[in-house]
Amino acid sequence: MKNEIITITSKYQDDRHRLMDILIDIHDLYGYVSEADIELLSERLGMSEVEINETITFYHFFSRTPRGQFNIFLNNSITACMRGHDLVKKALEEACGTTFGSVSQDGMFGLYSTSCIGMNDQGPSAIINDKVFTNLTTYRVMKLVADLKSGKSPDEAIYESTGDGNNSDPYVRAMVFNNIRKRMVILDKDHIKFEVVRSLLKGHSPEEIIDIVENSNLRGRGGAGFPTGLKWHFGRRVESEHRVIICNADEGEPGTFKDRVLLTEFPDLVFEGMVIAAYATGADIGLVYLRYEYRYLYKFLNHILDKMRKEGLLGKNIAGIKEFNFDIRIQLGAGAYVCGEESALIESLEGKRGEPRDKPPFPVEKGYLNYPTIVNNVETLATTVRIVKNGADWFKGFGTKDSLGTKLLSVSGDCKFPGIYEVEWGTSIREVIEMSGADDVQAVQVGGPSGVMISVKDIDDLGTTELMKWYKPSGMMVAQKTFDRKLSYSDLPTGGSIMIFNNKRDLLKEVVMNFMDFFIEESCGSCSTCRNLPFIMKQKLQKILDGHGVRKDIDDLLSWGKIIKISRCGLGQTSANPIVSSILNFRYLYEQHVKAMADFDNVFDLEKSVEAANSFVGRKANFHHA
Amino acid sequence: MNKKIIATTSLAGCFGCHMSFLDIDERIFDLIELVEFNKSPIDDIKKFTKQVDIGIIEGGCCNSENIEILKAFRENCNILVSLGECAIMGGLPALRNGISIEECLEEAYIGGPTVQENTNKILPNDDELPMLLDKVYPCHEIVKIDYFLPGCAPRADLIWDALIALVTGNEMELPYEVVKFD
Repeated sequence: MKNEIITITSKYQDDRHRLMDILIDIHDLYGYVSEADIELLSERLGMSEVEINETITFYHFFSRTPRGQFNIFLNNSITACMRGHDLVKKALEEACGTTFGSVSQDGMFGLYSTSCIGMNDQGPSAIINDKVFTNLTTYRVMKLVADLKSGKSPDEAIYESTGDGNNSDPYVRAMVFNNIRKRMVILDKDHIKFEVVRSLLKGHSPEEIIDIVENSNLRGRGGAGFPTGLKWHFGRRVESEHRVIICNADEGEPGTFKDRVLLTEFPDLVFEGMVIAAYATGADIGLVYLRYEYRYLYKFLNHILDKMRKEGLLGKNIAGIKEFNFDIRIQLGAGAYVCGEESALIESLEGKRGEPRDKPPFPVEKGYLNYPTIVNNVETLATTVRIVKNGADWFKGFGTKDSLGTKLLSVSGDCKFPGIYEVEWGTSIREVIEMSGADDVQAVQVGGPSGVMISVKDIDDLGTTELMKWYKPSGMMVAQKTFDRKLSYSDLPTGGSIMIFNNKRDLLKEVVMNFMDFFIEESCGSCSTCRNLPFIMKQKLQKILDGHGVRKDIDDLLSWGKIIKISRCGLGQTSANPIVSSILNFRYLYEQHVKAMADFDNVFDLEKSVEAANSFVGRKANFHHA
Repeated sequence: MNKKIIATTSLAGCFGCHMSFLDIDERIFDLIELVEFNKSPIDDIKKFTKQVDIGIIEGGCCNSENIEILKAFRENCNILVSLGECAIMGGLPALRNGISIEECLEEAYIGGPTVQENTNKILPNDDELPMLLDKVYPCHEIVKIDYFLPGCAPRADLIWDALIALVTGNEMELPYEVVKFD
C-alpha cells in the first residue's frame, strides 16, 4: 500500500499543489483515503495532516471511510424531483439493501445524494463509478442494480444505447444526450476547426486581438457578466514570469448544462478560445477546471488536446508563431458548487479547500500560484473564437444594445423539449416557453436557485422598493403576466439556466425547499452567515408550511435575508434568494399558510423533548408545576 | 409615578449576565429609586407575588425546570427580555446540540476521563431532578420574547441603558458599535 501511494505522489513530483490529482488517484485505487495514507501523504508532500484532511473533507467525491464497490450518486435537483427522484431513490435503497448516505453490508453498494450533475434535461440521473446514467425509472434502476450484482461493470450495464453525437465516441461512450434544439452561431456545425489559430492569429498582434474582443463588448457567459476584453486587458497589464488562462468548466448552477454540451460537441472551439486568450494575454499556462461530474469526458478531452499538440496547436511556437508557447492541462474537481467562483476554483486548483479568497487582489493580479490569471467560462471562450474570426461588428449584429451576441440556454422542467437553445439576447421568456413546448406555466426560474422570483405587481416597484437596494438579482423566477420580459443584462441577466414550473407545482414546498437544501449542502462553511442562516431560514419556512407560522416569521425571514449579504462570495450572498425573492413577489403563497391572528406559535413539545434522556437514564416523565 | 416591577432569573446560564448587571455599580441606588424587584436572585424572592412589568431572562432552556420557569415568567411579566448569548442562542450549553443526549450522559457519568467515583455506573434519575431536554433551546423558541440584549455577557452600560429605556418608555440609542455583527 505504501509503495502505491509513493508511486502516485512521485507521478506528481510530490507537489502539494497537485493534491487533488493525488487524492483522485488514491480513490481510484482504494475508494477512499485511509488514515495511514494521510500520514504518508503528509510526509511526502510536506503538509500537515490537518491540511490534507481539510481538502479531503471539503469535496463530495472524497471520503475518509471505505465506500462501496459501486458508488451511486443520485442527483436531487428540483427537476429530477419533478420527474420521480423519490421513487428512484426508494427503488435504489430496496435494490441495494442500504439507505442513502451509507454502504451496504456486503460492501457492494454505496448510496449518496448529490446536487445538480448537469443532466437536468434527462433526469433523474446518477453517477455510478464516474459513469452517468440518465432518465432513471424504478424499473431501470432495478435492472441496473441486478446487472451490477451479476458481475457486469457499469460500462457494460448501460442498458440501452449511448447518446447522440460525440456521446457515442469511443473515448466517451455515455448514455447522455445533447438535446440541441436550436443552433445559431456558436453551435454552428459547419465551422472549420482551429481556423483562427492556424491562419488568423499571425496577422494580428495580441493587442489587436484584445481590441477586437473589447470592441465586441462580449460579457462573461458564466452568469456574472464581466466584460471579457477588459479581463484580458487587466491580465496582460501585470508584469509576471508566467500568466495563466483557466477555463471554468465547473458548471454547477442547478439547471445549467450548456457547458457539458459544448465540451462534448465543440471541445475544439473551447480549446481554441483558450489558445486565442493565451496569445492575446501572453499566457503560457492553460488549465481546464473540469467538474468531477463530467469525468466521463476526461479521456475524450485529453485525446483532443493530444491531437492539438501533434498538429502544433499547443506546445512551442504554436501555429508557427515564434515564442508563442502554451499548453493546456485538465484538472478534475471533486464535487463542490462553490468552486465555480473563480477564486475558489483557483484555491481548488492549488490542491486546497475551494473557499473563495478575499479580494483584492483579484485573480487577474494574483491568481493561480500568484501568477496573473484569467478565468473564463466555457461558453465565453467558445464565443471569442467566433468574434475573432468574424469581427466585432458582426457580433454586434446579434442581440440588444447592451447585451450583444447569442446565449446558450439550458432549458429544463415542465416542457416538452428540454435541452440547449442558442438564442439572441433579448429573447423573451414567452418565446422560450413557446420554443420548448411548455404549457400551463406557473413560473419560470431564470438563473438557477440564486435567482429571484418576481411577480407582476412588484415589477413596477422594482426601482423604489427599499429591499431592492441591497438585492442584486443574479436570476429570477418570473410569473405568468411578466413572461414578456427579455433575457438581457439589463432586465433578466442569466448564466443560461431556465427551469419551467407548471401550475401543478407547489412553489414553496417543492421548489423553494429544494433550492434551500442546495445552498445548505453547498455552503463552504467559511462565513457564519451562509453556514447558518440558510439552515434556520429553511427551518422557519418548514414551520410556516406546517401551519405554525405567524406574520412575524415572514418579517424575520426578510430581515435575515439582509444579513446574509455580508457573506464573502456570490454563493453566500444569494443563498437566501429563494426565500427572500419568493416572499417579495409571491407573498400570498406565504400568507396562505400563516396564522393571521396569532403573534406567537412555538412548535415546542415538552413531553417529546424529554423522552430521549428519560429513557436513557431509566425514569418516567414527571411534570412539576411551578 | 408608580415604580416599575422587575423580575430576573438565570436558566441554563452561568450567572455571568447577572454579575454584569451588578456591574452597574453605584447606579443600583438610582435604579432602586425607579424600580421594585419581585422574583429574582437579587432579592431572593422565589415566587411571583404580583404581575411584573419587565422580566429579564439569562440562559437558555436545557431542562424541564427551565421551561416551567420561563413559562411562569411569560405568564407573569408584561415584557420579556432575553439577556445574553445563552438566552438568545443557547450559548455554551448549546454546544451539546450536535451530540446526542445519550452520548452526553454517557460521557458525563460513565465513560468520561474524569469519572472515577461512579463505579456502579449510576445515571441521575431521581424523580426530584429536572428532566433533561433533547437539546438546549433559546428562550424565543419556547415563549414569545419581546427584546433581545446580545453579549456574553452584555456590558453593564448596555443593560443599564436598556433598563432605563424600558422603565422610562424612551427609545434606546443603538449606535453601530452596539449592533454590529461581530
